[in-house]
Amino acid sequence: MKLGRVIGTVVATTRVEGLEGVKFLLVQPLDKTRKPSGQAIVAADGVAMAGPGDLVYYVSSREAALALPNTFVPVDDTIVGLVDSVELTTP
Amino acid sequence: MKLGRVSGTVVSTICADAYAKRKLLICDLMDPSGTATGDYLIAIDQVGAGPGDDVLILDEGNSARQILESPDAPVRAVVVGIVDRIHLD
Repeated sequence: MKLGRVIGTVVATTRVEGLEGVKFLLVQPLDKTRKPSGQAIVAADGVAMAGPGDLVYYVSSREAALALPNTFVPVDDTIVGLVDSVELTTP
Repeated sequence: MKLGRVSGTVVSTICADAYAKRKLLICDLMDPSGTATGDYLIAIDQVGAGPGDDVLILDEGNSARQILESPDAPVRAVVVGIVDRIHLD
């Protein structure tokens, strides 16, 4: 699981069966100090509460689908939590 | 499995059910000599590891679900051991 920042939303009306009602968000992956690292990804919202500006963590690969109501759907990344705080011992 | 060093914690109230009341650790990945590779993972703690500990991280979903005893948990990374020492020949 990795940290990310929600930087936008993605609207897609036509989608594969099973993904109805799932919200897609644009997420910028972050390093542990919350600096952007790599390309933005489109992630499904598994907590149904994330929105632009939120610091989140997401899970990738097969486990991404398990966080959604229908657990056999084609997604790469899903947000599984909103971050309240990150405490680093070694910055 | 991967070698890592715990460098922080993540607090999250709104999360998927599988993460509720579990401790999340930020683990810097490292090579066998203990040098950080620059990458990191957020992992669920199953062994009581804390900041500074060298740990063994499982980064594979099926095994993670077995350990958490939850067949549908959307979890990949779990801290499954605290490393005492690494011997390199």
